[in-house]
Amino acid sequence: MVDFTLWDIVRNLVLALRWTVGLSLIAFVGGGLVGLFLLMLRLGKRPWVGRLVAAYVQIFQGIPLLVQLFLAYYGLGLFGINTSPWVAAGAGLTLYASAFLTEIWRGCVAAVPKGQWEASQSLAMNFGEQLRYIILPQALKIAIPPTVGFLVQVIKGTALASVIGFMELTKVGKTIANATFNPFLVFSCVAVMYFLLCYPVSLYAKSLERKVNVPS
Amino acid sequence: MRIQLDFGAVLAEWPLLLTGVGWTLALTLAAVLVGTTLGLACAWVRGRGFGEALAPRWLSAMVGAYVEVIRNTPFIIQLFFIFFGLPAAGFRLSAESASFIAMVVNLGAYAAEIIRAGLEATPKGQIEAAVSLALTRLQIFIRVVVPPAMKKVWPGLVSQIIIVMLGSSVCGQISTEELSYAADLIQSRNFRSFEAFIVIGVIYLVLSMGLRYALNWLGPKFLFGGR
Repeated sequence: MVDFTLWDIVRNLVLALRWTVGLSLIAFVGGGLVGLFLLMLRLGKRPWVGRLVAAYVQIFQGIPLLVQLFLAYYGLGLFGINTSPWVAAGAGLTLYASAFLTEIWRGCVAAVPKGQWEASQSLAMNFGEQLRYIILPQALKIAIPPTVGFLVQVIKGTALASVIGFMELTKVGKTIANATFNPFLVFSCVAVMYFLLCYPVSLYAKSLERKVNVPS
Repeated sequence: MRIQLDFGAVLAEWPLLLTGVGWTLALTLAAVLVGTTLGLACAWVRGRGFGEALAPRWLSAMVGAYVEVIRNTPFIIQLFFIFFGLPAAGFRLSAESASFIAMVVNLGAYAAEIIRAGLEATPKGQIEAAVSLALTRLQIFIRVVVPPAMKKVWPGLVSQIIIVMLGSSVCGQISTEELSYAADLIQSRNFRSFEAFIVIGVIYLVLSMGLRYALNWLGPKFLFGGR
């Protein structure tokens, strides 16, 4: 049997942390882009498109991320796409993040006073101009703290990619725990790493929130 | 390319699915009852909305650390820590009790933060009025502060409860026989993986919408009185 020192465990976990960070970034950026696109559809003038987006959000918020990842994993395979864990996990997490971000941002747009829409309309702006010059700049300011906060959810969500064979922090932690027969120590280390990754983001989101909430 | 979906083979295993739904709901219900109580207790410990701290500082700091650690680590790690890690330290648990404990610990931390926001929004005059009626501190908390606070934060709490219910799907990873475990078992029997997960996806969707409806009806009716 190979002996693992604490240093071996930590070193391997830190190496695995790269994939957690990478997957988080893919999911966050991908989810943001898809979410922005869905938001535009949701805000558009066609009510049935808006309802479709609402149903999309409802579906992704109403079934577990684990099931979404399995669906992405087996579904992509069924459609003949190579189901490397990267593709499946990236696609699953992107869709998941897009649903949540769309909903978060929709709330932020709704928080912009209605008079702003009306005023910009009275200036003969079209829908695109209203969004671009009047509504989105104001909504953006409200949207930043909850968006940063959601990044924590995405980072934690990547832990589930381990179940479809993605070698990130959780999966590597489990493998090392099986190899060393010391799950208590290994999972403690894994938890500490996730905490070190997430807690600064949480704190940052909280401080941003305080800044936005200062009554002016 | 033609894709043929065969839901019949999945639905034929309905007893497994039913057991899964049963476990998912049982775990959620138990976790909600104990977890919300834990959250309320933690919120009380951390609350300092009435001018003075309610609990000793060290206790408040400990609860604060618990809340932050749980909220900043993934549920699956908490579950693995309890199921695989604790036996090494001498606590042996069944998969079901480990799942239950993990869900309680998880919901407790989130509920503490949600409820605390409600407690701190209590108008000061309410407390002063209660004090002038010679109510004890505990009476004030239970009868004057908690009901309106719960009413205020109930929608947020319901959302969190649903997230915990959906999170219970992870418990299948330690072979708790809940819904996603049932899907895993079914697909290993008939290789209908995609269909199996579509079916349980739909079941989860129905469960989460039903649970939201039930809790939104239950809360106002039984928990904080009135419409």
